[in-house]
Amino acid sequence: MRDESTFRVKAGLAEMLKGGVIMDVVDDEQARIAEAAGATAVMALERVPADIRRDGGVARMSDPLMIQSIQAAVTIPVMAKARIGHIAEAQVLEALEVDYIDESEVLTPADEHNHIDKWAFSIPFVCGATNLGEALRRIGEGAAMIRSKGEAGTGDIVEAVRHMRAIRSEIRRLGTLDDTELPSAAKELGAPLHLVRGVAHEGGLPVVLFCAGGIATPADASLMMQLGAEGLFVGSGIFKSSDPERRARAIVEATTHFADPFRVARASEGLGPAMDSLESRGLGDDQLLAQRGW
Amino acid sequence: MLVGVLALQGGFAAHGRMLRALGADVREVRVGADLDGLDGLVIPGGESTTMSLGIERERLAELLRAFAGPILGTCAGLIVLDRAHLGLMDIEARRNAFGRQVRSFEADLEVAGIDGPPLRAVFIRAPWIASHGDGVEILASVDGHAVAARQGRLLAVAFHPELGTDARLHELFLASCDGTTD
Repeated sequence: MRDESTFRVKAGLAEMLKGGVIMDVVDDEQARIAEAAGATAVMALERVPADIRRDGGVARMSDPLMIQSIQAAVTIPVMAKARIGHIAEAQVLEALEVDYIDESEVLTPADEHNHIDKWAFSIPFVCGATNLGEALRRIGEGAAMIRSKGEAGTGDIVEAVRHMRAIRSEIRRLGTLDDTELPSAAKELGAPLHLVRGVAHEGGLPVVLFCAGGIATPADASLMMQLGAEGLFVGSGIFKSSDPERRARAIVEATTHFADPFRVARASEGLGPAMDSLESRGLGDDQLLAQRGW
Repeated sequence: MLVGVLALQGGFAAHGRMLRALGADVREVRVGADLDGLDGLVIPGGESTTMSLGIERERLAELLRAFAGPILGTCAGLIVLDRAHLGLMDIEARRNAFGRQVRSFEADLEVAGIDGPPLRAVFIRAPWIASHGDGVEILASVDGHAVAARQGRLLAVAFHPELGTDARLHELFLASCDGTTD
């Protein structure tokens, strides 16, 4: 018997991306640079988060032609973003046969109450989360991979740290509860009880957990891997830096050797200026992308 | 028994879990020195381009070619073992041969050398073996395409035995590390 699009097949691709770096690219040229630098996948989007932030306005799914040109340029998996709750954008991305759909807060949400029913799709989804409850709600909706949100387009790691620490410490806390206490914990988290039970018993999420939003340096990569990320999304941090090719290689190397400070030190040498950065603390509530979604 | 799992990138953690559950000691291999003293090595799935660049960056190619013990390559690991990469196996892998992720699948698979019911095999953007030399024994096929092969101490499969709960393929590999087969 042969089955396509089972949850194991969907979550299994994320398993194969582990220990790797997924890079935002806006055209086929950047996609080739990312692949040659060791990216495990690319995220095809028209504007990196730093530019979306600068330009303002509504940010939408990318032009199919641009996504197809990137699919033609590389052999690694190609992901693309749909707006939160935008079922039709996700259907278009499925029709294009992208390898993963990111239902992303970096784009302007299309539905303020409902995320996409991801079980209805044959393509796997990755979704952002700022805490464990949010991560489990997305998994309950069918997400096959989770990334901590951080604050995209800032080059400031502080929100990524906050979200990853929140998720990991809530996972540890569930492990200290007995079975009688789990329904109440599920209610507090706003998460499905069966998933809460699974996390409490297994000591981790049932899907792969990556980190996104604010990674700009090899040391940032090492930090997030040490805090429990299983791999990284790097958006503006690479192609908004002064030497994208070199920085991309360096972040890949630091992700593999995150536990070896000497290797991270060597990877950090002579990379030139990082991206122009924004301190997350200085952003108003209306400028914080991580607050989109719930 | 000490088994290494190449951990430059990819599904190394799942292999480690399965090998430990079978009683093996496991070491993640990121630099050349990690290969010393191993009884066997797993090259996991992942992205073969990323893994090949990592092998180049860490100058691991010659050390892997010189590795004398049994090697299990899964998915990207099969590609890394082929003629165009490490050249350890006399096979030619076709990358992403089954298509993009939407064509990924799981299926019951009869594998020569594994007794009992078929293996539940998970294929993710999987390669197949497009051609092979005389010294290579094909162990399993899907739609007429070879997806598992053995050449002496080298075992390569296009699917992911580490993602299921069925440990029989890892048992087969560990038996060769033990010297109890061949």
